[in-house]
Amino acid sequence: MAQNMSVEICGVRLKNPVMTASGTFGSGVEFSEFLDLNRLGAVVTKGVALVPWEGNPVPRICETPSGMLNAIGLQNPGVAVFAKRDLKFLEEELSRDQAGEGTKVVVNVCGHSEEEYIGCVEKLSDEPRADLLEINISCPNVREGGIAFGTDPKGVERITSAVRKAARQPVIMKLSPNVTSISEIAKAAEAGGADALSLINTLTGMKIDVERRTFALANRTGGLSGPAIHPVAVRMVYECAQAVKIPIIGMGGIRTAEDALEMIMAGATAVSVGTASFHDQTTVLSVIDGIEGFLERHQVSDIRDLIGCVR
Amino acid sequence: MKYREKATVLGCEEIGTRIFSLRLETRQIAAEARPGQFVSVYCSDASRLLPRPISVCEADAGAGVLRLVFRIAGKGTQEFSRLCSGDKVDLAGPLGNGFSLEMGEGKRILAVGGGIGIPPMLETAKRLASGGQDVTAVLGYRDEVFLRDEFPCRCIVATEDGSCGTRGNVLDAIRAGKLEADVIFACGPAVMLRAIAAYAREHGILCQVSMEEKMACGIGACLSCVYKSKEIDTHSQVKNKRVCTEGPVFLSTDIEI
Repeated sequence: MAQNMSVEICGVRLKNPVMTASGTFGSGVEFSEFLDLNRLGAVVTKGVALVPWEGNPVPRICETPSGMLNAIGLQNPGVAVFAKRDLKFLEEELSRDQAGEGTKVVVNVCGHSEEEYIGCVEKLSDEPRADLLEINISCPNVREGGIAFGTDPKGVERITSAVRKAARQPVIMKLSPNVTSISEIAKAAEAGGADALSLINTLTGMKIDVERRTFALANRTGGLSGPAIHPVAVRMVYECAQAVKIPIIGMGGIRTAEDALEMIMAGATAVSVGTASFHDQTTVLSVIDGIEGFLERHQVSDIRDLIGCVR
Repeated sequence: MKYREKATVLGCEEIGTRIFSLRLETRQIAAEARPGQFVSVYCSDASRLLPRPISVCEADAGAGVLRLVFRIAGKGTQEFSRLCSGDKVDLAGPLGNGFSLEMGEGKRILAVGGGIGIPPMLETAKRLASGGQDVTAVLGYRDEVFLRDEFPCRCIVATEDGSCGTRGNVLDAIRAGKLEADVIFACGPAVMLRAIAAYAREHGILCQVSMEEKMACGIGACLSCVYKSKEIDTHSQVKNKRVCTEGPVFLSTDIEI
């Protein structure tokens, strides 16, 4: 018996519920030397803005127990180069079946201001290869690089509704965990017209280099990711799944199929693998295979039967 | 091509205080690795999830043997130092660009290494020497000398404590030996590379420097390991070249060193 692995996010069919997490996979070019991108549910590209961003000074990353801190600062080439080069690469790399189905592309968008978000989203409207947009209102490493919009429910509703009006594609709002109540933020995004939610972005953290008696990161603080944050992410996915009706893409520390299934059972329709790709480029494939194996072992005919099955 | 491999440990020995020489049997990586390139070495303990970038000390294409020489800097390299013959270790590589040895053809070359920047100069010197090039190695140590006897060319040593060769750093040794060069290949601490780059600029010498920066993915996707460049970079259209991809070797005049 073949199990159904496919899920739907706001009308877009994913062949399986596993995608990459923005910022950990570039646009897939580099990883394509290690794995076939066509096996993924979707490739989620690194945040792109209206114009090129330089990012933060180095050091931009450091390792922490079962995790890492990053403060890249959303370095990106701007949407024009991204569309011409990265989306073209994905267009060539990703094949489609006769029904026109295949691995989808989620373009993550960042901005300093409402106008920049809208400008970038409008530019992407003409790009047929951008199947979904994920709006980063939660980057902890750039002032006004998102988080300024992402921590106040009113701000979230306003930016969501502005982006929603400008976008041709379905809009996924990517939420910050650095808030008192993530379900309030989730409800605000839903009220603003979000088609789906991604959560969680990284947790703000700090590491001190005791030998040098200074901050390990030039930015002082950075975003914590990796297995260390997984239980926090599962809890937040669960809370938001109880609070909203729109689909949720769960992410935060997923390294194994079991981690991914936790998210799905907590209420995520799909999942993203991020930091674990740094430990093994093919993690995303072993997560897909592992979920398939689980369905087979437990004689579950449809992955969708597991979404939010734990209440 | 880049490869992900499970390499087999052939041996691991301490060749200096906290400095280890690890020999690995690989399927592809040793065959394709060039001097100045590096490999990502993965910890078996996944709680240390980032790979450790370690430069290629020797790559024997015929035998498929890769040699890495590293200093214990933390728990990850400590784990590698305890590897035993027959153990398996995950690698990705070869990564980065490596030195452009062609630039030295028919020229007087200095292969300059400082501290744990010395290992990549061994394969560099070996390839240059076996290609009949005029290469002199200049090796700078704090005190304890390692790897020197394996260099197949003239070797000038500097030690900070004066226990061997010139007392001082590699530039002191270059000046003391009145070494003249047309091309320099260098790897070592940032402060040494900065001084070498300045020396090269003063003397009109072409200089390639191998830089280091904290990395996460090691393959060019995460944009952690950037170095300020003079020209707009191709990836992000700013002035940030990726050490793991456009580097680790740069022409000293191409970066804000």
